Amino acid sequence: MLETGVILFVSFGYMGLLFFIAHYGDKRADAGRSIISNPYIYALSLAVYCTAWTFYGSVGLAVRSGLGFLTIYIGPTLMALLGWMVWQKIIRISKVHRITSIADFIASRYGKSTTLGGIVTIIAVIGIIPYIALQLKAISTGFFLINQYPEITVSFHYSEIPIIGDTAFYIALLLAIFAILFGTRHLDATERHEGLVAAIALESIVKLAATLTVGIFVTYFIHNGFGDLFQKVAEYADAKNSLGGDSGSVSSVIFDKYLLIKGQGNSYTDWSIYLLISMLAIVFLPRQFQVAVVENVNEEHLNKAIWLFPLYLLAINIFVLPVAFSGVLRFPDGSIDADTFVLTLPMAERQQLIALFVYLGGMSAATGMVIVETIALSTMICNDLVMPVLLRLPIESMGLRQDYSGLLLTIRRCSIVLVLLLGYAYFRTIGEFYALVSIGLMSFALVAQFAPAMLGGIFWKGGTRSGAICGLIAGFAVWMYTLFLPSLVQAGIISQDFVNQGPFSIELLKPFQLFGLQHFNRISHSVFWSMLANIGFYIGVSIFSRPRAIDHTQAALFVDVFRYSGEAAESHFWRGTAYLPDLKSLLIRILGKRRTDAALSEYADKRKLSWNYLVTADADLVSYAERLLAGAIGSASARVMVSSVVKEESLGIEEVLNILDETRQVIAYSRELEKATAELQKANQRLQDLDRLKDEFISTVTHELRTPLTSVRSLAEILHTNPSIDADQHKNFTEIIIKESERLTRLINQVLDYEKIESAQMDWIITSNDMKEIIQDAIASTRQLVEDKNITIKYELSDHPPLISGDRDRLVQVMVNLISNAVKFCDADRGEITIRLTSSDNRVQVDVQDNGIGIRAEDQGKIFEKFQQVKDPARGRPFGTGIGLTISKRIIDFHHGKIWVNSTPGKGSTFSFSLPTTLESALTR
Amino acid sequence: MTPKARKNKRLVGLFLLGCVLFNCPLLALFNLKTMIFGVPLLFLYIFTSWTLLILLAAIATKTSSRPSSKPDDQTGP
Repeated sequence: MLETGVILFVSFGYMGLLFFIAHYGDKRADAGRSIISNPYIYALSLAVYCTAWTFYGSVGLAVRSGLGFLTIYIGPTLMALLGWMVWQKIIRISKVHRITSIADFIASRYGKSTTLGGIVTIIAVIGIIPYIALQLKAISTGFFLINQYPEITVSFHYSEIPIIGDTAFYIALLLAIFAILFGTRHLDATERHEGLVAAIALESIVKLAATLTVGIFVTYFIHNGFGDLFQKVAEYADAKNSLGGDSGSVSSVIFDKYLLIKGQGNSYTDWSIYLLISMLAIVFLPRQFQVAVVENVNEEHLNKAIWLFPLYLLAINIFVLPVAFSGVLRFPDGSIDADTFVLTLPMAERQQLIALFVYLGGMSAATGMVIVETIALSTMICNDLVMPVLLRLPIESMGLRQDYSGLLLTIRRCSIVLVLLLGYAYFRTIGEFYALVSIGLMSFALVAQFAPAMLGGIFWKGGTRSGAICGLIAGFAVWMYTLFLPSLVQAGIISQDFVNQGPFSIELLKPFQLFGLQHFNRISHSVFWSMLANIGFYIGVSIFSRPRAIDHTQAALFVDVFRYSGEAAESHFWRGTAYLPDLKSLLIRILGKRRTDAALSEYADKRKLSWNYLVTADADLVSYAERLLAGAIGSASARVMVSSVVKEESLGIEEVLNILDETRQVIAYSRELEKATAELQKANQRLQDLDRLKDEFISTVTHELRTPLTSVRSLAEILHTNPSIDADQHKNFTEIIIKESERLTRLINQVLDYEKIESAQMDWIITSNDMKEIIQDAIASTRQLVEDKNITIKYELSDHPPLISGDRDRLVQVMVNLISNAVKFCDADRGEITIRLTSSDNRVQVDVQDNGIGIRAEDQGKIFEKFQQVKDPARGRPFGTGIGLTISKRIIDFHHGKIWVNSTPGKGSTFSFSLPTTLESALTR
Repeated sequence: MTPKARKNKRLVGLFLLGCVLFNCPLLALFNLKTMIFGVPLLFLYIFTSWTLLILLAAIATKTSSRPSSKPDDQTGP
């Protein structure tokens, strides 16, 4: 059954299926009914991580070094747990800035630097070409092995196979066609390829199914489950041991060899470093960036992928050790390369169908990786390597060209072919000497170099362009020295002495023991030194270099991506304007007319603009256009192109400072507004209080007016209706009527006075006065009041106070007010009022002290205010209008004096006022 | 705390747990020449803790993702 024809038919048939699925996926996407927009397809597409290295190489690694192969899958599991922190942020940033590759991401983060984009691209290409070679090698080996069925070839050399007869070559060509067809169909601002993702998901299913099939077959059909297999291996090891003369130790060889993390050197460190680089690889491998970030349809898909993807990894690894053991048992002489056990075991058992399925699984693992990786690399090469160079060519050669999109697609297609051919060439010349895993690990170690610039870029605003450049170059240089150059030694290109004695026989510089560092394996050793150099330079140079304005901008936009709304944010920092037709023709040249019109009308719809009136594109539109271009040609190139049509190149440090300044002004202005608002609110509150007080005042006054009026009226009525009333009573009644009328008059006068003072219509009659006389007058006119309540009054009046000038009647009024006030608040019979008159050099002071209820401290300031009456909850509304003190204060104020109160609640109050003695000049003026 | 932030916190916790489970001191404890149920101890340990971690991650993302099914633009990790 397994003739060459059948195998070829199945191989190319499988490729045909991929083409069909991809075509179907694209068609559905064009129709708007995506088949890949669900978390399961997303998780499966992430599994492009598992390549031929996983499929064939894991078993090989398990045979060579035990359980260490698992680190490559546990690392991504751990990283997946950080998915929301790392991946989601990268996805969000990439969507906002239309980033389509890892080179673009780093370039864009560090000020849209074309240099940086170029460096990352070169590093990625150098790191990934061997990895692609590895896949081609696996395809080639697989075909070669199965083609020999039923014979299992012990060894073969690729150099013996002519290129014309090598299936891998044709598969490579097919893959190039596939990648060109489905990876570069058109230039798109989002650069998503739905058909491609659908095909990758299918490949992931096939390779998992194949691994599980061979695993179950080996474990449960050749042997009786895990326990039986481990038992057999232990017995086999014992037998081998006793042959070698070392009897006794139960299966310790198998434990030492395959199951334990071995004690030689520093293998726990190796383990941890493998974990680390695989953690980084799952995010920073170009193909992982492509499927996880660029092809991501919805961030929410991460939710399920976080555990589905690790589950996939677990499933694909569970049978690796059984297959490895089974292979060791089946081919005890070690003649068969352990990398091929997955395929050679079913072949040895004469299971043609399983063998064929495994062969297909291996091919799916390899092709999936190659397709995505070449597309990712071609985008990088085109956008970050070729375009920047083309854009710097003299304008004449480029200016004539009306349509860039064709050129861009051509560049990409050429890069795909170039990358695949380079991969194939590497496999034919060097790849032969290496096991699958060591090639893959070399790539991982190099890809890990992107981590400081990437992770630093999204979490640390301090990282600068020069820091990133230095870090990347340093890490890359160390990697070249410690891994890449020695690999050339292995292929015989460089002399063996380079590894054994170090360059120029300098021991310290031996590439596998740099500076004498031992006990690390080659990969860990290289990772340690290169990461040290990379992180050291990245942080060190970043700290000591001066960031440019655009570095600041991009750093803020990336690190705080969740804070900025995205669309509007960038234009805030970018103040160029452009002539709209220029901008439009630029867009048409890159994206084509249809897509440009669609994008612009979408923009207009969102902002409710009409193109008819627009001649100049504002900063917002310019940055929108730049983002559109960035999706197609990378952010660095887009910046170059846009700046060719933008009028004012902006973003000098001054502009940024201006923006900052404006922001500061806006903040200051809004603070002032807040303050003004607060003041207004306060004033409003005060007005409301006053209004309330006025109402109360009116009700008080009317109440005060009504009481005497009522008594006058009722007494008058009595007198009127009872003419026969006796004389004594008659006299008594009329006295009350007179007194009440006087009180009424006084009250009305008070109100009138108050009104006059308030409206400044008071006529002041200024004369020279003796304060002592004024006090005596006041006492005389309040005698009745005092005697009614049986209150004692004491005087402490200095004999010859200086004269003061002022309105005598008004001053008497003040004194009367104060005394009647004191009387009001004193208890009848026990009350005691002391009036004191003192004088200093140029002032006289009068104190009226009582032993009444006193005034609470918080009320003392208020009692002189308009309409204010102190209320005592215990006594209720006090007697009087509360207008007296206000009038007194006005009068004293007029005389340039001062009035105040000292009081202790419960003990009494002292009202005092003081007047200047030399008033003539002030008052007559 | 938003459901998203809570979920993120849980997952970071799981990440730290994973780092501890799959690194030296704990790993060394199980690096013994012992068989449990006919399966080597270290093999069993690694696959059990791996499964456990995936299970916990599935629970962590499931329980807290329900309240906010639409993409949330305000909160981030």
